[in-house]
Amino acid sequence: MSFRTTAAAALAVLALTATATACGKEGSPSSSGTPDKSGSSSAAAAELPTYTVKTGVDLAGSKTWDRIKKNGKLVVGVKADQPNLGYQDPGSKKYSGFDIEIAKMIAADLGFDESKIEFKTIQSANRETALAGGQVDYYVGTYTINDERKKSVSFAGPYFVAGQDLLVKKGSGIKSTDDLKGKKVCSATGSTSIQRIKDGGYGAEPVEYDSYSLCVQNLASGQVDAVTTDDAILKGYAAQDPANLEVVGKPFSEEPYGVGLLKDDKVLQEALTAALKNHEDNGDWKKAYDATLGKSGVSAEIPQLES
Amino acid sequence: MNVLLDNFALFREGFLGTVELTALSGAIALVLGVIMAAFRVSPVPPLRAFGTVWVTLLRNTPLTLLFFIAALVLPRLGLNTWSFFRLAVLALSCYTSAFICEAVRSGINTVPLGQAEAARSLGMTFTQTLRLIILPQATRTVLPPIGSLLIALTKNSAIAGGFSVFELFSVQKTLGEEGYNIFAIFIWVAVAYLIITLFISAVFRLLETRLAVAR
Amino acid sequence: MSANVLFDAPGPRARVRNRVVGALAALAILALLWFVYRRLDDSGQFASYLWEPFQYTDIQQRIVDGLVATLKAFALAAVFSLVLGAALAAGRLSDHAPVRWVATVVVEFFRAMPLLIMIFALYVGVFTSAPLWALVIGLTLYNGSVQAEIFRAGINAVPKGQREAAYAIGLRKTQVMVFVLIPQATRAMLPSIISQLVVTLKDTSLGYIITYEELLYTGNLIAKNSAGFPFIPMIIIVAPIYILMCLALSALANWIERRGRRSRKGAPPKAGDIKAVEAAAE
Repeated sequence: MSFRTTAAAALAVLALTATATACGKEGSPSSSGTPDKSGSSSAAAAELPTYTVKTGVDLAGSKTWDRIKKNGKLVVGVKADQPNLGYQDPGSKKYSGFDIEIAKMIAADLGFDESKIEFKTIQSANRETALAGGQVDYYVGTYTINDERKKSVSFAGPYFVAGQDLLVKKGSGIKSTDDLKGKKVCSATGSTSIQRIKDGGYGAEPVEYDSYSLCVQNLASGQVDAVTTDDAILKGYAAQDPANLEVVGKPFSEEPYGVGLLKDDKVLQEALTAALKNHEDNGDWKKAYDATLGKSGVSAEIPQLES
Repeated sequence: MNVLLDNFALFREGFLGTVELTALSGAIALVLGVIMAAFRVSPVPPLRAFGTVWVTLLRNTPLTLLFFIAALVLPRLGLNTWSFFRLAVLALSCYTSAFICEAVRSGINTVPLGQAEAARSLGMTFTQTLRLIILPQATRTVLPPIGSLLIALTKNSAIAGGFSVFELFSVQKTLGEEGYNIFAIFIWVAVAYLIITLFISAVFRLLETRLAVAR
Repeated sequence: MSANVLFDAPGPRARVRNRVVGALAALAILALLWFVYRRLDDSGQFASYLWEPFQYTDIQQRIVDGLVATLKAFALAAVFSLVLGAALAAGRLSDHAPVRWVATVVVEFFRAMPLLIMIFALYVGVFTSAPLWALVIGLTLYNGSVQAEIFRAGINAVPKGQREAAYAIGLRKTQVMVFVLIPQATRAMLPSIISQLVVTLKDTSLGYIITYEELLYTGNLIAKNSAGFPFIPMIIIVAPIYILMCLALSALANWIERRGRRSRKGAPPKAGDIKAVEAAAE
């Protein structure tokens, strides 16, 4: 093989991939952003609320706020691969879901319009470092409040309570956590779910990936027997492949989701809690819920905020 | 707090994980690499083509992508009862075998022509020539590059930590999440890798001196 | 080329035997490919809905963006590692012992460290908000050290007489290096340098693990956020892009090596001396 022919061939193919952008279907695969193919007609009609942006907000004494003012925008850490919660459209790169709505309603109360929010995808394992290092101003992404995490970050919330559950193949015979003995159970590195499988004495073999979607792919190929995390997340995945996957439906924990923020930034914590309270009272919470998570049939209850 | 003493059990588990991965993949890669090298110099065109394609594809694919293939594609091909450890060994040994194949092949090329010609004039077949005459003599020149390749393999095995195999990179990730200073962890993980790589180079230096005397 | 010395020109019987073995081997390889295809097909990997996302211009644009990000990390790492390599090689060849020791320790340490471990430490410890730099600096430290060894081997492989003659006609240390040693060494080193650049290019994919949005990360993102999780179609699309880029670079190395062999003015140093170092790089 001479250099010239190989290089020419390689260049030709590379050029083809480049020009391929010129021909193809316009736009993104799904404009709505949710891969919900079942098309539940009535629920899908629910529309996202709009939030009134406050003006003249000032949080003196908050380190995070000083940075926000300097940047002139909010940087919010979120998840990108959880349908109906925190989901990024692969084509348009737009984020959507309940967590995203929560982030937006808080931002509105801090005086920031949707266009002034920069969403950043942060994996479960890196959340604490991202908050401590100031990489994000706050984090909204299925972030369970617990004492262990309170050592390194502070929380506002909870704004939602989920429960850990199992996603299995239809007809797998796994009906509850009692059936997990000797089974391979997959979850995300650094999540509370994987910790519970390791510590809970279920006799299951934990398998860790950096994202749940790799777990789901491995479930489909039979490499793992179950995927475990919060029911709200799992229902979104089950909806992507309803013919083969199902959620067991017996939550075995309570996962109160909070908004993560820099440890001991009391001023910001109070502001975020007040913002959540405000939108829960004025009905935005419910509207946002109906337009996102509500579609996959997760129960809706506004949890009691921690003071 | 001392990162190493507080988490000694974790470090030991990770260290053993890396050693196991390296040893198993190294052994398989050596066998596979020699077979592929034999294919590449064999008189049968399809085997030669297969060897060439094997080496070309594997040498030019990022190892991370190979791990993706091992974790997502191989289970679809019927290997879904295999553990992640086995799949990781498979990915690492196939990748390394391509480099070993090339090292062995260039080793074969350094054996003086007269040796092969003499073997042929004695009536030896291709396999006999290769097995009895060429490979034993090539071993000497091939040893140093193979030592380097095994060290590279040790380092490459870290990627398996991203794919649900417990080894030293997993230790680094786990302790990083627990809030230890990342550079303190880094130093100890580095020491663990140095122990393995220094051991490999010591073994190969020993082998080299042994064979050099036998000349 | 000892390859054709290993076996005789086949006679009639050997020809038949070779053909039989060849046919069997070809059949076995084809059967393997067919098996892979069937298994993937049976598990529905070629279903049109899995491939549909890749027909949209937005998705294709994302893949191109990822490719550009990969090339950007590669270009930065390549330039920096060559500069660092040159500096470290100069350090190792220095006449001052302390400089030599420092350079040796740096080179040996970074060559012995797994790249992923370094990149991850840099990402978590320093560059949490800029994974590109964690990747580029990690790649630079590692590949720079390897390039330094290639440079050093290349310079040392230039026949001693060249250096002595240069000093004899009164050239200074720097002049000997710049006008006599480096030009001669370059030709022999170039293939090894480019092979190491291929390694650099491949290793940019480690950016996936620290969330740098390069080609593999982008492919992964597309796969996990599209209906049915088209991971396998993604691999079938992304793998050839990587392989072709690396092949193009390797082909360049081969071409230069062949050209170097053709014009044998002033006998360049043996490539064999550098081969051993090159192997260390993989």
